[in-house]
Amino acid sequence: MAEIRLENLGHSYDGGTTYALNPLNLTWKDGNAIALLGPSGCGKTTLLNIISGLITPSSGRVYFDGVDVTESDTARRNVAQVFQFPVLYDTMTVSQNLAFPLKNRGISKDEISKRIAEVAELLDLTKYLDERPLRLRSDLQQLVSLGRGLVRKDVPAILFDEPLTVIDQNFKWTLRGRLKELHRVTKHTLVYVTHDQTEALTFADEVVVLNEGSVVQSGSSADLFLQPEHEFVGFFIGSPGMNFLNASITNGLVVLNNQEIGSAKSFGGQNLDSGSVRIGVRPEFLTISNSNGLPVQIDRVENRGGYQLAHFELAGSKTIAKLSNETKVASGQSANLVFDQERTYLFRESQLCGRLVSKVS
Amino acid sequence: MKTRNNKAWFLVLPVILTVSFTAILPLMTVANYAVQDIFSPTDRLFIGMDWFYNITNDPLIFNAFKRSFSFSIQVLLIQIPLGIAIARIMPKSGWKASAALVMVAIPLIIPWNVIGTTWQIFARPDIGLGGYLINKFIDFNYTSDPLDGWILILLVDVWHWTPLVILLVYAGLRSIPPAYYQAAAIDGASQVAVFRFVELPKLKRVLMIAILLRFMDSFMIYTEPFVITGGGPGEATTFLSILLSNIAVGQFDIGRAGAFSLIYFLFIQILSFLFFTVLTLQERAEVTKAK
Repeated sequence: MAEIRLENLGHSYDGGTTYALNPLNLTWKDGNAIALLGPSGCGKTTLLNIISGLITPSSGRVYFDGVDVTESDTARRNVAQVFQFPVLYDTMTVSQNLAFPLKNRGISKDEISKRIAEVAELLDLTKYLDERPLRLRSDLQQLVSLGRGLVRKDVPAILFDEPLTVIDQNFKWTLRGRLKELHRVTKHTLVYVTHDQTEALTFADEVVVLNEGSVVQSGSSADLFLQPEHEFVGFFIGSPGMNFLNASITNGLVVLNNQEIGSAKSFGGQNLDSGSVRIGVRPEFLTISNSNGLPVQIDRVENRGGYQLAHFELAGSKTIAKLSNETKVASGQSANLVFDQERTYLFRESQLCGRLVSKVS
Repeated sequence: MKTRNNKAWFLVLPVILTVSFTAILPLMTVANYAVQDIFSPTDRLFIGMDWFYNITNDPLIFNAFKRSFSFSIQVLLIQIPLGIAIARIMPKSGWKASAALVMVAIPLIIPWNVIGTTWQIFARPDIGLGGYLINKFIDFNYTSDPLDGWILILLVDVWHWTPLVILLVYAGLRSIPPAYYQAAAIDGASQVAVFRFVELPKLKRVLMIAILLRFMDSFMIYTEPFVITGGGPGEATTFLSILLSNIAVGQFDIGRAGAFSLIYFLFIQILSFLFFTVLTLQERAEVTKAK
């Protein structure tokens, strides 16, 4: 259990021509569950392997509880890691598999059997302890892999590299719940790599969103959803993702479709400079009203059971509004669109720069 | 329910015909010889199983059998561990890996009697570079000392065939996903433990094939001793194959050679079959366990 601090950490696989991971600074509190979220090839596994010591970073330092471990190899860092698919020792039984990391570190027999019993109990593996892992279902195999990550008490962190990929969809929920429970009980620092937003958002205290080798935002699930600091976060998190509309700012007023729709305020409160801007608003924060608002023509309404999605075009962009079932809306109908005051943001060069404040208030 | 259609047998017919002419008929000819004492093409005598009794009680053949068998065991004991050791230290990627592979494969593509001739000259104490150099330190003369002859043939076989083991093991090692090595590093496993618990179990199948191939081939070794020592000095390197060809084309004792070939053939066949059966049974056991 440790606080993990990354300082100017970057990595290049080709000697500095291109960076798989651009230099970044992050600090993760001891005992937190952290998710590294991003599409394939965004550098999240590279980051994980740097923390576990399987890769030595091209630049920057890694600190565990303030101790520089950048040069230490994996065994000395003592971290635990669980891989994408079950990695097991075929010739050993489940209990021997679980004992292996402890045995290699010269821990006494009594202690080992005590730890195995505890972990098996926790993961519900007790009845399989004497089996060969090859005989087990793949989800149970992954549990054994997981168990090998959990047997050591003194690890600074447990790292997961998309550990639920091979698991059956139905069982995923169970396992995810069990992981969360584990975290609550053991208070280990967990780092969890995934490309599945649901997995990341439900699992982690802190979600780090990566794109093209850079951290675009790091924060709680609510932060990422309610106030994305980067267009990528708005688009990647949420289903459907955030709507983006091309607009411009003239003398502090936001102009969309040659129509002034409100004023642009930076987070300090002052007006933003004139120029082009992108309005970002989540489908959840768009409503339609029959009195006032921006007139739009609804193309198509999709009923999803619990809610309905209204598709329409606004300022040349396909836009979606997520409406409650009570809202009366039909395809082909015209409607008046209302932006949520608090949750309509302005982006410049993909970065959050301010929010839209309605002029009529 | 599978439908049965006996017409499918017709599709196998061409293969049966081809195999008949290339394997079964020649073998039956040998079987025919084996039950006769043949003095000349016109003068022959049916003697039933006499040759078989004769051969199984012949100390000459029994000694050759012991020689061949212990040669094969020694070949396995040297080539399998050596092959694994070399495959493990070979470069894993880049031009070095390609260069190493090509170098290792060279002995495999040289014609066998060329290998024999090369070594025969190379190891000669008078005009061979190797033989000359080694005689600076110890007495080594494969033409007069039975042990030296044996060692030379063993050495040539190791030089010639260890590459096969290396290539098989190398391919086996490359197919182990890197995650296994990473997991072992995270579990704090020593080099020995990595070999014992990660590599060896994954290499099992490949090693079984290597052992089977090397046993069969070394048990049938012919060209190298024929070219280098001619079965000598004395009878030191007279393996079963050398003895067989002496009887068949040296003494033209076709009947005895026929019976000898059949026993030789059956022995290899049975050993390979047993080996193969054990291997597949073990695998099947593992698969059913997995379910």
